[in-house]
Amino acid sequence: MKRKLLSALICAALMIHVGATAGAATKVSDGVVKIGVLTDMSGTYSDLAGHGSLVAVQMAVADFIAKEKPDFKIEVISADHQNKGDIAAIKAREWIDTEKVDVIVDLVTTSTALAVMKVAKEKDRITLVSGAASTPITNEQCTDTNVHWTYDTYALAVGTGKAVVKQGGKTWFFLTADYAFGKSLEKNTSDVVLKEGGKVLGHVLHPFPAQDFSSFLLQAQSSGAQVIGLANAGNDTINAIKQAAEFGITPKQSLAGLLMFITDVHSLGLRATQGMYLTTGFYWDMNDETRAFSKRFDWDNRHKPTMVQAGDYSATYHYLKAVKAAGTDDTKAVMAKMKATPINDFFAKNGKIRVDGRMVHDMYLAQVKKPEESKYAWDYYHIRQVIPADQAFMPLSESVCPLVKK
Amino acid sequence: MTGIFGVSIQGLFGQLLVGLLNGSFYAILSLGLAIIFGLLNIINFAHGAQYMMGAFLAWIGMRYLGVNYWWALLLSPLLVGAFGMLLERGMLKKLYKLDHLYGLLLTFGLALIIEGLFRYRFGISGESYPVTELLAGGKNLGFMFLPKYRVWVVAASLVVCFGTWFVIERTKLGSYLRAGTENPQLLQAFGVNVPLMITLTYGYGVALAAFAGVLAAPIFNVNPVMGSNLIIVVFAVVVVGGMGSIMGSIVTGIGLGLIEGIVKSGMIANLLSSAFDSVPVAGSIVYPIKLLLSPEASAVTIFVIMAIVLLVRPAGLFGRER
Repeated sequence: MKRKLLSALICAALMIHVGATAGAATKVSDGVVKIGVLTDMSGTYSDLAGHGSLVAVQMAVADFIAKEKPDFKIEVISADHQNKGDIAAIKAREWIDTEKVDVIVDLVTTSTALAVMKVAKEKDRITLVSGAASTPITNEQCTDTNVHWTYDTYALAVGTGKAVVKQGGKTWFFLTADYAFGKSLEKNTSDVVLKEGGKVLGHVLHPFPAQDFSSFLLQAQSSGAQVIGLANAGNDTINAIKQAAEFGITPKQSLAGLLMFITDVHSLGLRATQGMYLTTGFYWDMNDETRAFSKRFDWDNRHKPTMVQAGDYSATYHYLKAVKAAGTDDTKAVMAKMKATPINDFFAKNGKIRVDGRMVHDMYLAQVKKPEESKYAWDYYHIRQVIPADQAFMPLSESVCPLVKK
Repeated sequence: MTGIFGVSIQGLFGQLLVGLLNGSFYAILSLGLAIIFGLLNIINFAHGAQYMMGAFLAWIGMRYLGVNYWWALLLSPLLVGAFGMLLERGMLKKLYKLDHLYGLLLTFGLALIIEGLFRYRFGISGESYPVTELLAGGKNLGFMFLPKYRVWVVAASLVVCFGTWFVIERTKLGSYLRAGTENPQLLQAFGVNVPLMITLTYGYGVALAAFAGVLAAPIFNVNPVMGSNLIIVVFAVVVVGGMGSIMGSIVTGIGLGLIEGIVKSGMIANLLSSAFDSVPVAGSIVYPIKLLLSPEASAVTIFVIMAIVLLVRPAGLFGRER
């Protein structure tokens, strides 16, 4: 029995190893391209990233091998960073030093992303951030070994903030998660609100993570603002929306979920979220390509990919293609190749990686459907507007990233 | 000026009421912990997981079996309580003679396993449990909108809390329980089946957690970590109240909920600002205190109080030195 189990385990381990074929060999350090998926495997963001991110990366590797027939081995490993910067940095260091990891993917809170980017820069390895959202990742703290793939707080603000002000939501009050991401999201959004002629009446910071939002919601309520901007994510957003309905805040005042994932909408249900605007980098039900990907992604018929997970696939595939084209896994050469090649897949059309590491692509403004408009499982969004790549992200002219030459 | 220290009178009432609502949750959860610790000397770290199980059973019942809220409120605690009794008979029983630490480790491990299983099956985002028709909506009190459901939660938890207190402190059954805490051997010599009593007590403590879970289901998102988010706070409540003290846990639970509500309103931080910010030296001395009492630090308020209480009264506010 024990032996059977052992051999099963070895088989499973070998499944992600891939045999090399002879030919003009790609020069790969340590004989293998090793991809580390570092994400929140158990905490508040583990549905929107977590295991699904690992699945997406494994899919990208399998597809790459089937299609491109590389002459190098690829291996995927994963770990839980628990949304803590120090743990993430230690894991990254260990991976690079002892496991010889070449690229670290996902990174779902800003603190972990920034910490790991620093380690990777020091050790000359690549980071592909898909989960975290703060703009400093490609702005004040940008590195030349990092790509920020899926979205950022600037894009969210431009999408949702603008749309809500245009719908008549002129006065805002923010409910902000008390860490880098929440503050970054609040700042980007209030900039947009002010620019569009709106007014910001105030804000309250809440601990991260929090369960009970009633105190904070009452403060938002007594501000009299038309719009309560939720500058938080995951379970915090879910609980805030749920309790806002309970205290009769909605529909008198409206909520703007500044970062909402499809998993949040799924958890809350359409009754609680109908009509809300949200900005997303990906929606599974947009066209045949996205639907095909999502169908394959759904490993147990209960999941659809979030934008973070779809972004992980896209980033990993693009990275592997760059390794093949460059003929080496040397960081500098691969980064140059990645930046030189446009991204065209189910996730992005004509996406480009800028000098600051920002991958710019079209974003989408979605509105959550009414319960009666939803025809099948996970049929949740109307895509109301495509936000073109050049408007969705912070222009390089406003950037303070040292890599941007002015 | 529209109110006290930047917060309107209406706002203050609202915050106090919200504090009371949260306090009643703390009370009912810490009560279960106190009973279990009092009689079994077990620090039940699985309490949060049992609370979560209560909420999830209610949701599963509604989703798959059509069990309504009121039945869930009865059945879910019974089932989870029975599960607790199995746990007591199968595992905890073997630990009574050992140090507290073993019970703590066992229940902590169990909590991790239970949460892991739920996370594996249901994911972290959790599920929505709707408020039952009868308690949906609310009343506008002028100074705030009071959801009917929250009133029900306060009423239900107060009734259960004081009912439990009455049974333990004022009835014959309760006197057995208290005697069992003092001297189980002697009580057994009088012909009382002490092991059975212990099993039932643990089951009741666990059922209280599940009851709180069902009460919480329509308010919070039902997710696998809802218990572990709360349990640390509840432990602090028990420690402040005095380990094992029934009345202590009820009163402290509600009291700390109220204090937390006031801190979340930002009133104290505003008060300190207006009093000291213009004073050169005092301003900078008060600054860290102000920071500690600002809304974003509300998650640590209870622990600060715990630290102070432990310094002054190591056995807790209502505890007895042993």
